Amino acid sequence: MLEIKNISFKYERSDWLFKHLNFTIEQGEIVGMYGKSGSGKTTLAKIITNYVSPIEGDVIIDGEKGEFQGIYPVQLIWQHPEKVVNPKWKLIEVIEEVEGLDKEIINILGIKKEWFNRRPSELSGGELQRFCIARAFSPNTRYIVADEITSMFDAITQAQIWHAMMKLVKQRNIGLLAISHHIHLLEKISDRIIDFNNICNVR
Amino acid sequence: MSILHELTYTTNAVPEERHANYLLEVKNFSLTIERVEKGYTPERLYVIRDFHLKIHHGEIVAIVGASGSGKSLLADAILGIHPKNSMIEGTVNFEKSPLTEKRKKQLRGKDIMLLPQMTNALDPLMKVGKQVQTFIKQKNKQKVLKSIFQKVGLSPTIIKEIPSTLSGGMIRRIFIAMALASEAKLIIADEPTNGLDLEALDELLLQLKILANDHRAIVMITHDIEAALKIADKIAVFYAGETVEIVPRKNFTKKGEKLRHPYTKALWNALPQNGFVPMDSSQPSPSIVIKGCVFSDQCPKATKICRIKKPKLQEISDNEMVRCLYA
Repeated sequence: MLEIKNISFKYERSDWLFKHLNFTIEQGEIVGMYGKSGSGKTTLAKIITNYVSPIEGDVIIDGEKGEFQGIYPVQLIWQHPEKVVNPKWKLIEVIEEVEGLDKEIINILGIKKEWFNRRPSELSGGELQRFCIARAFSPNTRYIVADEITSMFDAITQAQIWHAMMKLVKQRNIGLLAISHHIHLLEKISDRIIDFNNICNVR
Repeated sequence: MSILHELTYTTNAVPEERHANYLLEVKNFSLTIERVEKGYTPERLYVIRDFHLKIHHGEIVAIVGASGSGKSLLADAILGIHPKNSMIEGTVNFEKSPLTEKRKKQLRGKDIMLLPQMTNALDPLMKVGKQVQTFIKQKNKQKVLKSIFQKVGLSPTIIKEIPSTLSGGMIRRIFIAMALASEAKLIIADEPTNGLDLEALDELLLQLKILANDHRAIVMITHDIEAALKIADKIAVFYAGETVEIVPRKNFTKKGEKLRHPYTKALWNALPQNGFVPMDSSQPSPSIVIKGCVFSDQCPKATKICRIKKPKLQEISDNEMVRCLYA
C-alpha cells in the first residue's frame, strides 16, 4: 500500500497548496484524481515520486520510508514526453537504460520496431509517450503516478494508450494514480476517484 | 455555462445569397518540405498532402487531427510564416482573390490574425490596455477600450496592469480583446484549449463565440474533438495531411451513424464517454508517397482498391465533404 500521510506543501512566498493531505493507493488499484488546473496536482505528483520533498508529512511505500536502492519504486510519467527524454539519444538507448525491462510491455504498448532507431524529434508525441510509459515499468516499480499523460493527444491515441496502461497495471499488480482534469476519462479507467479540491484543506 | 449552451445551440445561419461568398477558400492545398540528408539525396516530407477548407464570415470551423499531423504548419502557411525550405501548391483565396505571399504580408496582423497558444506572447513591459489599444482604429479610443474589456469580462482596472500580474486565463482574454479591437476578418486559433480545465475551457469557448457573433470567421486548430464540438459549426477532420471529411457538428450523434468517414467514426467512438474504443493510432510517415487512401492501413473497412486508388473529396452539400470510396 502507498500511503500519503499528512502531507503539506507550499512554495516560497506563496500560499499553502495543500495541507494535511491523506489518502492511500493499493497495489493493482487505479485511483483517479480530479482537480482544477493550477491547484497543485503536479506538485503532489512530484512529492509522491520523490522529486520534491514535502514540508510536512511522509510518503510510505509498503510500510517503508526513506532511502531506496536503485530505481525508485514509485515512478512518474509526465505530461510532455518530449521534455523528459534526452533529445540526442536514440529510443533504443532510452529503453536500454531500464535494466530487465519485460519485452512484453513493448508489445502491449504498440511500440513498433522501426521506432527504436529514431531520435525523439522523429516521433509524434503519442509515439514518444509510449516509450516514457514503457520505461516506467521497471522490475522495481510498484506504483506509478500518471500526470495528464494523454491530455496532449487525440481521442484515438488516448484510448489506445489507456487500454494498454490498464492491462499492464492489472497484470503486474501495480498501483496507479491517474491525475487528469478530464472527468469522463477518469470515470472510464479508475476503480475510484478522488476530488483533489476536496482533500487539499486550503481556503 | 448556461450562456455557452444558449450560444452553442444558435448556429450562425448563412443566408442563401452568401453561400458562394466564402471569406477563405482553400483547395487542393499541399505543403512539402525538402531537406538534404547525409549523402546529398534530398528527402521530401509531404506534410500536407491535400487540404480543403471553406469558411464564411461569422462561422467557426475546427480543424481536428492527431498531434504531429501537420495542423500547425497549416496555420503558418495561411499566414505566410511557413519554413523557407517548404513548397506550397494549390489555391488559397481570401475574399475571392488569390492569397499571394505579398498579400499575406499585407494582411497578416490586420485582416488575418493568429491567436497564440502561449501566454508569453505579450510585451512584458507594456500595460495591457495599451497593447490592446494599438489595434483600435476608431476615435475615442479610451471608451472603445473600456467597452471591449467589459465584453470579454475583464475589469477596467486591469487596463493599467502589466502582463506578469495577470493569470493565464486573463491573458487569453486579452488576446480575445485584441482580436475584438482589431479589424481582423479571419482569426486562426492554434490549439487554444491546451491545458485548460473544464471551467476555463468553457469560458474560452464562450469568448471565441463572442468573436464569431461579431461577424469574424474563426479557424480553430485542435486535437481535442470534444472542445471543437462545443462551438464549431463544422469540423474538418484532418488525417495524414489530408482533409478526410468536413462535417457539421449536428452529425456527431450516438454511435456516429451520421458520420461518413471511418476515421471520423473512430475518433468519435474513442471518446471515453462514447465507448472508449482503441485503435492503432500511428499515422503514415510524411516521408512516403501514398498511392491509395491515406487511412487504408488502419481502416476496418479497407479493401484492395483502397490501397491503389486515391479517393477524391466528394462534395455532398455545401457543408459536407468526404473522402472515402465507400462513403
